[in-house]
Amino acid sequence: MANVSSEKQAQSIDYHAIEAMESFNSFVKKKNTFLFSITAMFLILYILLPILAFQPVLQQKFFGNITGVWVYSAGLFIMTIVLCTIYVKKAASFDQAAAAVLAEYHAKGGK
Amino acid sequence: MNFVSVGFFLAIVGLTLIVTYIAAKRTSSAADFYTAGGGLKGWQNGFAIAGDYLSAAAFLGVSGAIALTGFDGFFFSVGYVVANLVLLYVIAEPMRNLGRYTLADMLTARFNEKRIRGVAASGTIIIVILYMIAQLVGAGALIKLLFGIEYWIAVLIVGVMMTTYVLFGGMTATSWVQIIKASLLLFGTGLLAVLVLAKFDFSLMKMFDTIAVDHGEEFLVPGIKYTSTIDSVSMMMALVLGTSGLPHILMRFFTVKDAKTARASISWTTWITAIFFSLTIFLGFGALNFVGLDQILAESKAGNTAAPLLAHYLGGDVLMAFIGAVAFATILAVVSGLVLTGASAISHDIYGEIIKGGKLTEKQQVVAARTGSISIAIVSIILALFAQNLNVSFLVSFAFCIGASANLPVILYTIYWKKFNSTGAVSAMVTGLVSCLILGAMGPNVWSPVEGAAIFVGNPLVPLAVPAIITIPLGFIAGYLGTVLTSSKVPQEEAERIYQEIRVKANTGVSVSDVSH
Repeated sequence: MANVSSEKQAQSIDYHAIEAMESFNSFVKKKNTFLFSITAMFLILYILLPILAFQPVLQQKFFGNITGVWVYSAGLFIMTIVLCTIYVKKAASFDQAAAAVLAEYHAKGGK
Repeated sequence: MNFVSVGFFLAIVGLTLIVTYIAAKRTSSAADFYTAGGGLKGWQNGFAIAGDYLSAAAFLGVSGAIALTGFDGFFFSVGYVVANLVLLYVIAEPMRNLGRYTLADMLTARFNEKRIRGVAASGTIIIVILYMIAQLVGAGALIKLLFGIEYWIAVLIVGVMMTTYVLFGGMTATSWVQIIKASLLLFGTGLLAVLVLAKFDFSLMKMFDTIAVDHGEEFLVPGIKYTSTIDSVSMMMALVLGTSGLPHILMRFFTVKDAKTARASISWTTWITAIFFSLTIFLGFGALNFVGLDQILAESKAGNTAAPLLAHYLGGDVLMAFIGAVAFATILAVVSGLVLTGASAISHDIYGEIIKGGKLTEKQQVVAARTGSISIAIVSIILALFAQNLNVSFLVSFAFCIGASANLPVILYTIYWKKFNSTGAVSAMVTGLVSCLILGAMGPNVWSPVEGAAIFVGNPLVPLAVPAIITIPLGFIAGYLGTVLTSSKVPQEEAERIYQEIRVKANTGVSVSDVSH
């Protein structure tokens, strides 16, 4: 089966050598910092909705009869689309960094 | 039952059976069966994931909830949309890079122990069955209403259809049924929304003014259903974090070839769900204004038929029949995905890997997968037949709660925490699962002092409808304590070697790109 032979091939990669590389670790650190800071930010903005929704600030009318909760919710929808687009852009640069790490590994004599 | 309804109904059944027939020819191996051979394109998987999000609970339930409770119903819409970001930022790509068919595969890539696989598979089966009972009971009631068929016949029809798709067409058929249904649903919802807006001269302000003046300003702020901050915070936590722990959603990431395509899938899903859930405002307020509270409540106490009733007002029998058929397709597609996910846990995890030690031939795996699908379908159908008179819609929020409390902590720790060990993994999963079930069973969905409002009569011991605000931290704490308390007993060097491998695979996708192409 195709899977068996390719698994053998995958096993021949020295993961520990890659993991020890400085370029790999700085790439992962940069990536995780980005991912977790954005995640913390949108989770906080999100959970503020059910908290502020019961406060006067979001219960008052913003435009005509449209109250604050709807405006804040629309903001969360827009935030979702914007952060999704940012992620896809940013991930392309992470792909390049990962490819560079692998290229460096192969250049050093890995298979 | 009228001629148009039957026509749309048969068209949906016919179309999905053709898809299943084509898919069946392409389904020969276990990988075909569970993951469509990993060959779905980004947009296809994106529509299919959107199809999983947009269950009957989302389409009928949310529009009904907005009609009955105004903004309180819209909380769900916001939760489902933002949940995409959690999947996209921290789950989708590592999941694709580490897993094969199931959540348990991904966890055992790091902790190769049968107990881990057993606990993960059990959690999957419990989530799948809870979710499926809610969908099947809802389906039976809906079909009874739309077509006048007896409840038990309706459940059997849905049961036979879902089993047929999965049995013959595996993941390929299930995915295409999802794609077709998601497209139809998006079209149907868009049409209803435009027709509603047209009645308000395409003015959002006018719609809100009408609701405020004719129906009361309480529809424009939370408070009709949710009166306490903590209750709504708890529910919102379950929604946003639970999506990333639902096994039938996670399984979808194995149907694409690499992390890049997994990312593209969620990007599609984000747009589709953002558009769909924005439109729920018009469906909900449209139904409230044009159908009216009395008529919605007369048909269904939970408001589940608000959308079909709105369709009837706007477009007569034909539009109602179309929306009814779309709702039927929605239910079929979601339960099929659930059957497949349940089968993967029973046949691949428990039978193939735990009992047979992973030594099944390709052919035996496919036979096991099909047997598992039939078993899980039969169990769910029987349970759904008994649950006819229970209010089971809350089971969906239970499933989200378990996903967030039992699965999400263990997934995050496995990917991102170096010191995490297998005892921590078992403690996190068991604690999350058991605490959800126990606190849920003591909650207001099961106990109510008013007879008929819940399953038992009595005062709920836990006031939270969805106990996520307690159980999610419990899952994380249990994983942490289980790890640090046993860290001295685990051979550190070996554990570190495996984590190095996981870290490289998760961040570079090196093993996946080698395996698939």
